[in-house]
Amino acid sequence: MIHGIAIPPDHQLAPHLLAYRQAGAAKRRQLLLGAIALLLALAASVIGAEVNPAVWWGKIGNFSSYFDRLAHLDSGAIVLSDPRAWFWGFRRWSRLLGDTILIAYVGTATGVAGAFIGCFLTSENLIRSTLVRIAVRRLLEFARSVPDIVFAMLFVIAFGLGALPGAFALAIHTTGALGKLFAEIVESIDMRPVEGIAASGGTWFAQVRFGVLPQVISGFASYSLLRFEINVRGAAVIGFVGAGGIGQELIVAIRNFYYADVSAILVMLIVCVMLIDFVSEKIRHRLLSFGAER
Amino acid sequence: MTIQTAPILSQSDRAALRLRHAAILRVAWPARARMLAGLAIFTALYVYGLISFGLTPALLITGLWRMWDIAGLMLPPNPGSAARALIYLGALGQTLAIAFFGTLLGAALALPMGFLAARNIVANRILHVLSRRSLDVVRSIDTLIWALIWIDVVGLGPFAGALAIASSDFAALGKLFSETIETADRRPSEGILAAGGSRLHAIRFGIVPQILPVFASQLLFFFESNTRSATIIGIVGAGGIGLYLSEQIRVLEWKQVSFLIVMILIAVALIDRVSRSLRGVIMGGRVERRK
Repeated sequence: MIHGIAIPPDHQLAPHLLAYRQAGAAKRRQLLLGAIALLLALAASVIGAEVNPAVWWGKIGNFSSYFDRLAHLDSGAIVLSDPRAWFWGFRRWSRLLGDTILIAYVGTATGVAGAFIGCFLTSENLIRSTLVRIAVRRLLEFARSVPDIVFAMLFVIAFGLGALPGAFALAIHTTGALGKLFAEIVESIDMRPVEGIAASGGTWFAQVRFGVLPQVISGFASYSLLRFEINVRGAAVIGFVGAGGIGQELIVAIRNFYYADVSAILVMLIVCVMLIDFVSEKIRHRLLSFGAER
Repeated sequence: MTIQTAPILSQSDRAALRLRHAAILRVAWPARARMLAGLAIFTALYVYGLISFGLTPALLITGLWRMWDIAGLMLPPNPGSAARALIYLGALGQTLAIAFFGTLLGAALALPMGFLAARNIVANRILHVLSRRSLDVVRSIDTLIWALIWIDVVGLGPFAGALAIASSDFAALGKLFSETIETADRRPSEGILAAGGSRLHAIRFGIVPQILPVFASQLLFFFESNTRSATIIGIVGAGGIGLYLSEQIRVLEWKQVSFLIVMILIAVALIDRVSRSLRGVIMGGRVERRK
């Protein structure tokens, strides 16, 4: 059996319709204002970034031909036809790629250590002194706001060319970025275990070691792995300013138009980054479920 | 009121306790050994890394000493002249423009890709996997590498930078968008389909209203992080303040370097604040609508 829907008479319906129209009009007005603001900002950015669709349209052929050039050896053959010639520098590049991963590892590990110390010092629930908290927080903020490649440029001058300044630069940036995330985890813990240890006479270190650490360690590990993934990408380009790893080789190849080398290095880099991402994602999922079980 | 102090356990009491709760207090040697072994491997790799990078105590000390010197030379930050300060300000504006345009262009390209890569919109498994993988490939190439590629295409300048940011954003946002779409509540679109709406109607009225605020907030987040990327993209010649920064570092004009860094820090902090409050407004609106 089908019930008809009772439609109220016009004089009852009219105010509702009016309110509906008004609400709709207000929403449209808001949308229009937002759209105008967005368009103005877009126009400003188009001028600021010297966007030129004509140039783009005229040169877009370069883009596809760029990939075409990437796909060909100097002899003119397609790269896949002769993998040995394509990857002629495989051993050297593998070593440099290994260096890149090592830079990312050392940078991440140092940064994790720094963030580990810093995060407890900025957490409201563990440190009473506002002065210490604010000072450490500002320091972490500075460390994460300056891009790692800028640190790398400075360290290259101080320590000389090589992988070391790259690792230091990543370490400082990682300390800042992870310090904030770690502190957020620490501030959201359950304080009862900590209070229990304090009540039974535990020192501050005992409170952190047995009250805080078991609650936060899986979160810390998960964020650290995520940061490692990011740092591998960062370490790959930090060589652009002379701070070691595959980046140095890559920028030389790009600048000198060794197209086949560029594509070979990029392929190795992409495969490597995707592999690391894949493994680390698997581990992170396990860590998270491990954390949830507890 | 009397104060009760905890009785201090005698030696024999402790031994009794230990005996009673042996299962809890026993050291789990296999687990501990595994952990120590893992720690040893990690540490060994770390030390190997530092040694292979050529770290010696002497180098560390001279490096830190030089860094300290540089830090001293940086103070106080000073642009040199008002004219230079103006140039730097213009470059900062250009940086923001690169970030804004790049983000918007990347998002515009990522939107259709996001729908294509979402499992609940495009049921075709091959298409789904293919689009996801290609996004992954594009995503593994850093913005700076994209900048170098685009410089080859459109020439040196901020336009190349904006295109580089759009390229890496396209991939990252496409992935994020598709994930957001996949987690959208299916019931509204099912309702629309049941009431006789077309598939397009279901997307427009069932899914878009759910995901739009999330997209907007993700977009703002990306704008923030792109402002940071845009400050360094000039290092390879793709416009913005990074060009001046690397130039001044190269000629060791430390006071100008620190002035530029301070400018970047202030700009990034400002953008962060504005975007955070905008995000609050957008997400707040969403919560209200949910009620």
